[in-house]
Amino acid sequence: MEFLLHHFFELTISGLALGSIYALVALGYTLVYGVLQLINFAHSEVFMYGTFAVAWVFVFIGGKESSSSGLMAALPTLLLALVVAMLVSGGVALALERIAYRSLMKRNAPKLIALISAIGASFALSEAMGLRDKFAGWFGLDDNLANYVSKPRDIYTLPVTVNPHGLFTLGDYRVTDVDVLVIVSALLMMVGLDQFIRRTRFGRGIRAVAQDPESAMLMGVNSTRVVQLTFFVGGLMAGAAATLYMLNIGFTRQDAGFLLGVKAFTAAVMGGIGNLRGALLGGLVLGVAENWGAAVLGTGWHDVVAFVLLILILLFRPSGLLGDALGKARA
Amino acid sequence: MTFSSKAVTGLMLAGLATASLSACGTTDSSKNADGGKCGYKIGFLGAQTGPNGNLGLNMTGGIKTALDAYNKDHADCKVSLVIKDSQGSQDQAPPLAKSLIDDSKIIGVVGPGFSGESAATGDAFSQAGLVTVSPSATNVDLTKNGWKTFHRVLANDDAQGPAAAKYLQQQGAKKVFVLDDSEDYGTGLAGAVKKALGSAVVGTDSYEKDKIADVVSGLVTKIKGSGADSVFVGGYYGDSGLLAKKLRQAAWKGIFESGDGSEDPGFVDQAGAAGAEGAILTAAAAPATADFTSKYEAANGGKAPGLYSAEAYDAATALLNGIDSGATTRSALLDYVNSYDKPGVTKQIKFTKTGEVTTQTIYAYTVKDGKIQPGTPIK
Amino acid sequence: MNLVPAPVAATFSRIGARFDNRPAKITLAVLGVLFVYALPLLNIPLLTTPDSDFGGVLFSVAAYALIAVGLNIVIGYAGLLDLGYVGFYATGAYTVGVLTQYHWHWPFFLALPVAIVVTMIAGVMLGAPTLRVRGDYLAIVTMGFGEIIRLVITNTEWLGKSGGIAKIPMPPTIGTPPQPGEPGGLFGIPHISWSTFPNVVDVGHETHFLSFTVLDAIPFYWLIVTALLLVLLGDKLLKDSRVGRAWEATREDEDVAEIMGVPTFRYKLLAFALGAGIGGLSGAMFATRQTFIQPASFALLLSMLFVASVIVGGAGNRWGAVAGGAVVAYLPERFRGFTEWRMLVFGIALIVLATWRPEGLFPPRRTRRAKAAEAEIEELEGDAANV
Repeated sequence: MEFLLHHFFELTISGLALGSIYALVALGYTLVYGVLQLINFAHSEVFMYGTFAVAWVFVFIGGKESSSSGLMAALPTLLLALVVAMLVSGGVALALERIAYRSLMKRNAPKLIALISAIGASFALSEAMGLRDKFAGWFGLDDNLANYVSKPRDIYTLPVTVNPHGLFTLGDYRVTDVDVLVIVSALLMMVGLDQFIRRTRFGRGIRAVAQDPESAMLMGVNSTRVVQLTFFVGGLMAGAAATLYMLNIGFTRQDAGFLLGVKAFTAAVMGGIGNLRGALLGGLVLGVAENWGAAVLGTGWHDVVAFVLLILILLFRPSGLLGDALGKARA
Repeated sequence: MTFSSKAVTGLMLAGLATASLSACGTTDSSKNADGGKCGYKIGFLGAQTGPNGNLGLNMTGGIKTALDAYNKDHADCKVSLVIKDSQGSQDQAPPLAKSLIDDSKIIGVVGPGFSGESAATGDAFSQAGLVTVSPSATNVDLTKNGWKTFHRVLANDDAQGPAAAKYLQQQGAKKVFVLDDSEDYGTGLAGAVKKALGSAVVGTDSYEKDKIADVVSGLVTKIKGSGADSVFVGGYYGDSGLLAKKLRQAAWKGIFESGDGSEDPGFVDQAGAAGAEGAILTAAAAPATADFTSKYEAANGGKAPGLYSAEAYDAATALLNGIDSGATTRSALLDYVNSYDKPGVTKQIKFTKTGEVTTQTIYAYTVKDGKIQPGTPIK
Repeated sequence: MNLVPAPVAATFSRIGARFDNRPAKITLAVLGVLFVYALPLLNIPLLTTPDSDFGGVLFSVAAYALIAVGLNIVIGYAGLLDLGYVGFYATGAYTVGVLTQYHWHWPFFLALPVAIVVTMIAGVMLGAPTLRVRGDYLAIVTMGFGEIIRLVITNTEWLGKSGGIAKIPMPPTIGTPPQPGEPGGLFGIPHISWSTFPNVVDVGHETHFLSFTVLDAIPFYWLIVTALLLVLLGDKLLKDSRVGRAWEATREDEDVAEIMGVPTFRYKLLAFALGAGIGGLSGAMFATRQTFIQPASFALLLSMLFVASVIVGGAGNRWGAVAGGAVVAYLPERFRGFTEWRMLVFGIALIVLATWRPEGLFPPRRTRRAKAAEAEIEELEGDAANV
């Protein structure tokens, strides 16, 4: 306890940085759940493909040889990586919708079978990344391609180590530029998305379908298009999360998504699944609470803290911190 | 009628799957079926897929290197390799061990890969009299079960732990923070280090293997807060590399040490040259020779050897030397391995009665300028 | 839009009609059961896994089937999505581990009922506070509990921490106790080998009745199949009773059921506890077969696979659950021929199965009825639109 108080700001800031990434990934779960009422279990793999996209952009620009740099020097590459990762994740999300969900949705299949399809898709996507050397082999695995494959099933590291620099001191902790960038850009993304859902025509369509798909269809909303858009937007956010994750953590592997996905899903439910602002709040609360809990109880209890908190919140607020309707998410 | 066409597609897919299965049913053994009349096989039991697939692939890479050399010299009597993918999981291993035992052409096994699967299958191998040589299972208790067929080509945690602790103190460590990855290997090694360090331990903690990304910042805070002048991590490079990087980025100046699970180029990749600088990695293996590296790369399509590759090569070489000497039954090969005494790539390979390798020298490798430098024995 | 093509359904009902007398039905059932018991000895080509020991694979198939039947009570009957079922599996396994080896030295068959009871208590303890949470929230809460159980084991000295519990004793052998090189038991049953046709009796491979050793998984398979059959019988009796109807009412509309006087919460809790108990039974069997358990054996992913077994088979139908469990445990082993590709193929197979049979392989009768009614309405509406 004393330890927590002594390092309060340090633990809180690093918790917020991690929580921002949870929150961005949680958006994907929340959006799809809000519109289709289904748990998109494979969203974690959408995120994982984003992390690889980020690393590959860096390899493409600067080669696989490892180097280190400050945040400012890496910024141009990072921005390019952000765009590419968002597109890659968005693309994977679209493909996922097409292959694993659309025919089930069309036939009005039970929601649970979609969960199975999603689990299958999650296995397939993760394993496909694990087998990247085989796929590359089909195109002739030369030295250049080998840089992008590295060792199959092993960690894939970002070649550039981005070293954070302290900006200002907050209590006991020197806040770094990387902390600020991660937290601020996650917040910006989320505000942007919130505005998009609330103010644009597309956003209205999403909200309409979330509220009442049949009436929305009667009012001329193309529900297939809306569902596609929902997946794509969720994918874009996962791509952004992937960029921030790679900046902060710096490596990935084919099961990186699964591990983070569980947390992000927890965050989405904690905040109120289907609620965008809930996802943000849930992510931040989860990230900070875990860090505090681990500091007090020991790191082995880190995830126990997360899940116990979730259960407590749901017992007292059965539909999450902020309630759970995307359609009603107006104010 | 849309449904029935879907049904037909489904059935066709299922049919296709079965057809292709029967086509490649026996994978590796059929590939090497041209080995002439001998047709001896050695087995491998360990991960090829799943979260530990990378380590298992390192091992099969080492075995293939040994096998390629052997089969080149014995074109008329080739030995083939049967790979059983346990995903490193002790739950999947027992039926696979049984299928190795049931194949009477298999006279020796490299593996099992990890301690968990070794514990789950050791009894079966022992009762069947099928010799196993593990390239990577380091849990201390494995050799205390009275199994007659278990061997391993690397020192157990009780040998490595005290040496790692001693070396750390030789470097001037007074206050050590000890971490483990909550898995067999990591906790075993970290436990041995803790015991050897005694009161020099100022803090301990554990993270979950492969899940360090969520907790690394908290760990850094903890380590810095404890006032430790050095850290020991019992875990694999996928986790320890990140911890080293984050510690250095947080301007922590102490000594970073980890065990053989981190002695892989992946550690430096992940930590970055600056993060890994000065890190000490202990391992029960002599530095890999350039000769081995080039042989490995030739046999594995240019891939560099990784953690446990050289150990697997030594294990396979012991078995193949036995077959070469005419020990071509299970009992003969078991006897041969029991009395084996030849230099390997990592060390002199000779086993005690319980199957421990007799050479228990631990080497300390230091990272400098982004490279793991050739190690020196800890004295 | 009927799920089963009409001619097939007609054939089935014809077969059913032919055997609509009791003796014939019973004969058929007995033959079926005998076949299930004999399965590991028969080595039927194409069905037998070439790259893994078939007896061992069948043991996990039966274990998954048992789990799926238990989870089917929770998901299929009571309509509660439980993503943390592996927690109960772990509880059963660890109860046996602690009682027979780690702290006490009870015989297995004494520890087994205790394991079931402990797991049921765990089910009630987890269910009582959480079952008030509805729908998909319950899914994540149970998932959290499954993880909490695993993490608590990982961090608790009394349960062996991450190192697990080794040398869990096997069930006692009936007949001569096994010695090294001597399988023991009462008598040997030869296997069948088709490669030497027509000389199919393979005396080189024998399974000894009833000798439990690490080298032969078949007696364990017989043990767990027996448990499975008993559980299936109990499941049938329960489903056809008032309890089963109460579950159905709760699942279809909880509020209405409550108004009609069904104490829904208590019935949900009962489903949860029974499901948990069966999970514990399966876990106990796993522990004694494996003789070594570790927290790593009870990862979150297993819960997903368990749910997949129930849904793939057809939630709400006990035979569907058995089939689903069998498919999920069997396919990855059968796919070993694909070597490194097998998990990818398994993932694709799950998608194909889901798309091909969205109601599951064997949907329960009510789903089929509902589907037929829906199709009828659709047809009528379609006619109206065409007018």
